[in-house]
Amino acid sequence: MNRSLTVDVLFWCFAAGSVLTGYLVFRTDSMVRAAFWLLASFVGVGAILVLLAAEFLGVVLILMMAGEMLIMAVVMVMFMMNPAGLNPMFMVHQHRFAVAAGVVSFAGLSAVALTVDFPDQPVDPAVDATAELGFELLGDSMLVFQTAGVALLATMIGAIALASRNGRFGTADEGSLEPALDIEELESP
Amino acid sequence: MTLEALLVVAAALFAVGLYGAISQQSFVMLMMGLELMINGALLALIALWAHSTGGNPQGQMLAIVFMTVMAIEMALGFALITNVYRVRRADITEKLRKLKG
Repeated sequence: MNRSLTVDVLFWCFAAGSVLTGYLVFRTDSMVRAAFWLLASFVGVGAILVLLAAEFLGVVLILMMAGEMLIMAVVMVMFMMNPAGLNPMFMVHQHRFAVAAGVVSFAGLSAVALTVDFPDQPVDPAVDATAELGFELLGDSMLVFQTAGVALLATMIGAIALASRNGRFGTADEGSLEPALDIEELESP
Repeated sequence: MTLEALLVVAAALFAVGLYGAISQQSFVMLMMGLELMINGALLALIALWAHSTGGNPQGQMLAIVFMTVMAIEMALGFALITNVYRVRRADITEKLRKLKG
């Protein structure tokens, strides 16, 4: 079997797998299982990225999503009823509209994909795309890279501010209170 | 593995994600729909990078920005879920009829 045929077969397996598991996310009874179906969908897309010579991005996507989906599964168990899928779960609203929106967007995007004549300039196999990305990251696009990092830092601070129960000066729903300076008063029964 | 096939797969992922984001009641399932939509967009982006730009590294750079957006969306989404659950005891969108705190 020559290389191009192998790549094609692998691509169709991963493509069908990622779309199918993406669909199963909204069909399974257990939210934890839904998180792992979504992870499977991301692994399929990551594998396709590796086939497309974007090895770095593909592997980073898989690693990042593995961590993210584990956090998601933990959040499910913490907050959601019925995380184990013991009861059938079908919690949807405006279902008909959602199906129509999905079908219309698929038809529209596919029509664009099949009719538009995109330029044909494939990646040169002699070039190491990962090395080029590394030079781009720490060269011309350093500012973009740094901005992404600062945005993530701001996100961390914002997420902690949103999720923490207590600020320094009181609980979140009471607003800020002056800290008690008199220690004796605090310790008296 | 033609460009058209890749873009159709990406469109399918996006459509399934859009269906989920519109139809699901649970906040976390809604976020899964959003993630699936970004997943499709990422696949389309890398497909175009690999077939139409001659491997310009700035295309991969844009994909890294996409992944940052994914991470930000998840982190802030979880923080908001925690906050809304604490204040309102709400875990589905139907329980948030009022925006006023």
